[in-house]
Amino acid sequence: MGMTMTQKILAAHAGLKEVVAGQLIEATLDLVMGNDITTPVAIKSYDEIGATEVFDCDKIALVPDHFTPNKDIASAIQCQTMRQFAHTQGITHYFEVGRMGIEHGLIPEKGLVVAGDVVIGADSHTCTFGALGAFSTGVGSTDMAAGMARGKSWFKVPSAIKFVLTGKPSAWVSGKDIILHIIGMIGVEGARYKSMEFFGEGLNYLSIDDRFSMANMVIEAGAKNGIFPVDQQAIDYLNQHAKRVGVIFEADEDAHYEKTIVIDLSSLPLTVAFPHLPENTRSIDDACGVAVDQVVIGSCTNGRLEDLRVAAAILKGQSIHPRVRTIVIPITQKVYLDAISEGLIQVFIEAGAVVSTPTCGPCLGGHMGVLAKGEIALSTTNRNFVGRMGHPESEVYLCSPAVAAASAITGVITNPAKLMNGALI
Amino acid sequence: MKAQGSVFKYGSHVDTDVIIPARYLNASNPEHLAKYCMVDIDSNFASQVKLGDMIVAEHNFGCGSSREHAPLAIKASGISCVIACSFSRIFFRNAINIGLPILECEEAAKRIESQDEVSVDFITGEIINLTKKETYQATPFPEFIRNIIDEGGLIEYTKRTMAGSEEI
Repeated sequence: MGMTMTQKILAAHAGLKEVVAGQLIEATLDLVMGNDITTPVAIKSYDEIGATEVFDCDKIALVPDHFTPNKDIASAIQCQTMRQFAHTQGITHYFEVGRMGIEHGLIPEKGLVVAGDVVIGADSHTCTFGALGAFSTGVGSTDMAAGMARGKSWFKVPSAIKFVLTGKPSAWVSGKDIILHIIGMIGVEGARYKSMEFFGEGLNYLSIDDRFSMANMVIEAGAKNGIFPVDQQAIDYLNQHAKRVGVIFEADEDAHYEKTIVIDLSSLPLTVAFPHLPENTRSIDDACGVAVDQVVIGSCTNGRLEDLRVAAAILKGQSIHPRVRTIVIPITQKVYLDAISEGLIQVFIEAGAVVSTPTCGPCLGGHMGVLAKGEIALSTTNRNFVGRMGHPESEVYLCSPAVAAASAITGVITNPAKLMNGALI
Repeated sequence: MKAQGSVFKYGSHVDTDVIIPARYLNASNPEHLAKYCMVDIDSNFASQVKLGDMIVAEHNFGCGSSREHAPLAIKASGISCVIACSFSRIFFRNAINIGLPILECEEAAKRIESQDEVSVDFITGEIINLTKKETYQATPFPEFIRNIIDEGGLIEYTKRTMAGSEEI
């Protein structure tokens, strides 16, 4: 029987000709990743295993991105633990503050993940790298520890849902709107344990940054991974960032999918997820008017250069609503620098936004924008659970950078298409 | 292997941000995590939970982040077992890896209410609701999970396989 793209990658890494959904395999790992929250727990497990040397010091990436620059003494100790481990073990890809970025943006930018790779990361949004045709999935710290020690991990081969994207999205509609729409359609456990594989001519209209946003959020539908075909756009990205393109796998014609969902991108509206689940989606027309206290533009979902360009195009020459705090967070130092060169950072600051060094900070209520009781945030991040961004009685709405930027100006959730020169038309 | 205790009952999509909010992830020792377990949806949990008690929830328990701190916080609270209709993938894997017993059983998850006294047999998968005098059958662990549990969790399993490879 034919295999899905994910199944083919897993088979190749398990040394098997064929795998089927549900099969248990042990696969070799091309990269094991961790951050300042999950790695200290993994180091403890690593020591308990009795491991003394990592399987390959070039195939581990450690990124202090969550509570950095250190937000308090306890966080500083966690970062110190990770830093010391990286030093003692001779980890090549440890990225210190000042050279780091949010891991899911930094790793592809540094060329550390290529097509056909198998990657585990002790962070649920590790699924982001599926945009480049890799199998990548989030695991816990103990799996990370075992992965660092052995370079292998066990997997249950996932079944898959096929998404066929057709048509061209309308103006302002981005990868974020598409993935929010899909999560709203199938629910937060609609793809639990499964792969989400994306196909169709609609992909031609989706940039790599759009695809990163989409692959990033498949976990919010419960998926094990999301994956895109390796087309010319992906090859170009890999050529620009990595030393090699990797191995290009394609799903077999007769691969089995649990279901196929066809989505016409041309009919898709801008989409907003209401509190407190990413599946609570509404089209922009049904979301307009909700007053917000804070707008966040950034994160592993939407802190890339294209995201900042879209936001800056809307904010240029405008003023952020007096009642609103807007926080812009470039995903990596390189994106930050590029945004400076393009004049985007100046646009944000002149509009009245604050620009932060790369950090996961506010997304998970860590620092750099924690909400008080009763406050409402509109955010380009990925989760809007109870207490996610701060006080348990605060609320988070999820949206694209375009909607976030337009709403920052008006102070209420706003359709950017209905904004002209900073005023609603 | 059996467990018995009083139940804390929750609904669907209990996510890792409410099991242990990220603002407490600046440390990872079990006692610290237990202190804040479930605080955002049940502020009485940490003070009321007793050794052996159970959590029963509906669909997609543990969705959200990959933080292993979530099953660690539950285990450190003294919870002997989590029963749910379904678990999120990463939470399921983490729970097995750190040795927090979990069982999938839709009937039990729907019928059991807060404060019911429940006993669980992990080998047979039989769940008895002593309060309601009902019995439910959970899906038994698949073989591969039993193998990891038999080894004492992923750490022991990895130790053994690494020792094996060194002999070669």
